[in-house]
Amino acid sequence: MNATVVIMFIVFVSLTLVITYFASKRTQSTSDFYTAGGGLTGWQNGLAIAGDYLSAASFLGIAGAIALWGFDGFFYSIGYLTAYLVVLYIVAEPLRNLGKYTLADMIASRFELKKVRATAALSSITIVIFYMLAQLVGAGALIQLLFGIPYTVAVVLVGIMMTIYVLFGGMTATSWVQMVKAVLLMIGTIIISFLVLLHFNFSISEMFGSMQNIKAPELKGDFLNPGSQGKSPLDNISLIIALLFGTAGLPHILMRFFTVRDAKTARSSVMWATWIIGIFYILTIFLGFGAAALLTREEIIAANPAGNMAAPLLADRLGGDLLMSFVSAVAFATILAVVAGLVLTGASAFAHDIYGQVIKKGKITDKEQIFAAKMASLAVSIFSIVLALFAQNMNVAFLVSLAFCVAASANLPVIVYTIFWKRFNTQGAITGIVVGLVTSLVLVILSPNVMNPAGTGFINAEAIFPLANPAIISVPAGFIGAFVGTFFGKKESDEKFREVQVKSITGISTSDVTH
Amino acid sequence: MSRIDYEKIAHSDEYKALKKERNSFILPITLFFVVATLLFPFLTGYTTFLNNIAFWNISWAWIYSLMLFIMVWTLVMLYMNKAKTFDKKAERIIEKYKGDTK
Repeated sequence: MNATVVIMFIVFVSLTLVITYFASKRTQSTSDFYTAGGGLTGWQNGLAIAGDYLSAASFLGIAGAIALWGFDGFFYSIGYLTAYLVVLYIVAEPLRNLGKYTLADMIASRFELKKVRATAALSSITIVIFYMLAQLVGAGALIQLLFGIPYTVAVVLVGIMMTIYVLFGGMTATSWVQMVKAVLLMIGTIIISFLVLLHFNFSISEMFGSMQNIKAPELKGDFLNPGSQGKSPLDNISLIIALLFGTAGLPHILMRFFTVRDAKTARSSVMWATWIIGIFYILTIFLGFGAAALLTREEIIAANPAGNMAAPLLADRLGGDLLMSFVSAVAFATILAVVAGLVLTGASAFAHDIYGQVIKKGKITDKEQIFAAKMASLAVSIFSIVLALFAQNMNVAFLVSLAFCVAASANLPVIVYTIFWKRFNTQGAITGIVVGLVTSLVLVILSPNVMNPAGTGFINAEAIFPLANPAIISVPAGFIGAFVGTFFGKKESDEKFREVQVKSITGISTSDVTH
Repeated sequence: MSRIDYEKIAHSDEYKALKKERNSFILPITLFFVVATLLFPFLTGYTTFLNNIAFWNISWAWIYSLMLFIMVWTLVMLYMNKAKTFDKKAERIIEKYKGDTK
């Protein structure tokens, strides 16, 4: 660890602590804590969505995967980006018009039964735990690589920082950390991309041309064409399904839409987010190709077999110590921004949905609510830190795609039916979430992630289900489950559906009443 | 406490027209981008014609990806524009019925 890294690191941490200090003064009510008082503007929230979404896995992971696998490393970015069309066209505005703090709020706006809210909260919590575990274990390993500090220290350090942001600054601090991170990430990525382009004399043709002769024994196809990882087509289709439909069901992304005033602002935040996220994914091509051209394959793999160090090593090659330190600090910022958002989302599902609405039946003062929210944040943080410390040596990379899969299979069908389907009822909502959740979990346990004769899974046996990601089965299962469940339940009033639809389409609310 | 008369709005002509216009905008486009996205892993998995070079040493697989990115940005801007007309109609409905409480 050298001095430049330490200075960058301290500057970033101090900056975020200053943000948290100012945010804490503005965090008085429950709405401040969960949604920053609903006062963010479109571009602010768009930046924060990008900050929440672009995890270290996208920054270091995708750049590294492109450097090692060419096109196949880039492939999934398509699913990650087009997913925002589902968010914009189907989910964002109704969600903003119907909900208050959480996804369960939106579903409960039509079905007031506590069981529906509890089931929806359960699926949110499951997703948050998977996502968080993947982030923290990845973070520990990355910080170990970047700064040379032990895994345990790294996880605890990240854990303390995220707890401070959330506990004292709530959503305001979390959002600003995400915005700062998004800006830093874009600056870092643009600088490296520019230097890579400079290396290729600003010729895209020269860049692609120089990638054509990359050969390695582990490449099962052309570096520049699909198939170098040798994955089965069905595996790829299934993962793209999970990404495309999963984002619109990820509770930590959906929660961001409650931080803005109205549906109009929610919509413009998606616009900002898609520009930033899209440009970022395009620039990862330059990062990946730059690393493939300027570093040797052996170098990249020696630093980390998954290629996670490709971007920092490339930064070192292009801009020396200063750029390398900057990139490392950005990676650290990235990790913190994502985990802080997850803590807050997990806490809202526990404190708002389960404690406030199900147990206390909504009869809870603002002071009690904010106290419950802080206690839940603390509990979620400690629980996930302990879990991450135990999971150090496990391969948890698949947990992120599992989180997307549960979001797509358990949450999205119910969101879609709640907004569009008149006949949909309580029974259907509960069945849909449970079927989507259980199908995803069971199929992953039977998949090569967990069952693997090569010893890389938890069980040494031939996988019963052949695909790494079960979305191709579990997403239809969620839709069918909710559909069939509906016909087992009794018909509910059409009036409630019409009310929900009027609210969702026009955005009318009780505050519009003139007297 | 006064409550908005949602039934009255739901059965009004202006609301029905807005709902129909919204759905006939959103649903076909959603179908289009879902098919365009899912078609890609099918094509890369079961055919090889996307491996041919288009220009500048770039194969069609990359061009298809880039087209999907451009599709996303175009459809986002299209939605932003279209939503403005929906906003105006929704505002008129709110203005007209906000006094009608029950």
